[in-house]
Amino acid sequence: MKTTFTKFITNFFKSLFGTKKQIKLGIYGPVNAGKSTLANKICKDWVGEEMSVVSKIPHETREIQMKEKVKIKVDSKEIDFNIIDTPGIATKIDYEDFLKYKLTEKEAKQRAKEATKGVIEAIKWLENVDCVLVVLDATENPYDQVNITIIGNLVARNIPVLIVGNKIDLKKAKIKRIQDAFPQYPVIGISAETGKNIKEFYEQLFEVVK
Amino acid sequence: MLTLQFVPYSEINHLTSVGRIRKLLNLAKENKIVLLEGRLQKEEEAELIKTTMEEINRDFKGIELAVINTSSGDSDPFSRLKSSFVSALLGNKQGFTIIGPARVIKSIKRDPNRLQILMKDANSKRGR
Repeated sequence: MKTTFTKFITNFFKSLFGTKKQIKLGIYGPVNAGKSTLANKICKDWVGEEMSVVSKIPHETREIQMKEKVKIKVDSKEIDFNIIDTPGIATKIDYEDFLKYKLTEKEAKQRAKEATKGVIEAIKWLENVDCVLVVLDATENPYDQVNITIIGNLVARNIPVLIVGNKIDLKKAKIKRIQDAFPQYPVIGISAETGKNIKEFYEQLFEVVK
Repeated sequence: MLTLQFVPYSEINHLTSVGRIRKLLNLAKENKIVLLEGRLQKEEEAELIKTTMEEINRDFKGIELAVINTSSGDSDPFSRLKSSFVSALLGNKQGFTIIGPARVIKSIKRDPNRLQILMKDANSKRGR
């Protein structure tokens, strides 16, 4: 684990030699919350190209995806981000759940195997991020232990968190429910797919990383 | 037969993080639903998920997990202060943790005021 002292020394020398800091922005959350859709939206907005494959089948992202040097500008301020799209965190994975998406048994088993490795990688990467977007599906119940564990771990590591309630374009979305579940943290409702509220999202992100 | 096993905090208090996770996961892998007095540390919860993923195979599909923090609903400053004081005294002994095998538990639904454990149909997934 990188200690606070090591981080301090690294940051001190970076500032001494004028190295421009790039913020490692992790995108975490449960499965199918729209993490990769948000990562794509950010990259499309600021680099002009997408970074991850998205699909309706759970655990589409099974490896860490990274896009470096994504320069985001809000008003007159610019920040360079390394965007890290992580596999969705889950406590259970059953290959039979993938069969209903018309995958063959072999494909489903392979996907399940890769998905378990993806969850392990995502948890390991908690050590390497500077700031995290926790993406939650605003149509789902936020009181899920996976959400609570992710946020609790970020707080325990002193990593700034912005909770993103995604899919607010859908009728069932209830952003208030997320705010009630996590009253101590900033929450922003967006639709990564339609771009709804995305300007406010970037402003909120800059508030969190400053 | 479904077994609910209560684990008092004193049974894990002296163990290392690895030992605690091993004990709880072993019980879940025996198809038991564990009701732990208190809670793991935040890092241990993440480690429990990581270890669970490492051990998923044909017979073990993972776990359902829920931590009931008896002080989390405190909204006014006095209640929060009281909770902090109790936390300082009791440490992680406060609240309860439920861990069960995903093969037995379909899901744990919760909101601020209630918690429901939904079990799988006994005939649907057993013995595959």
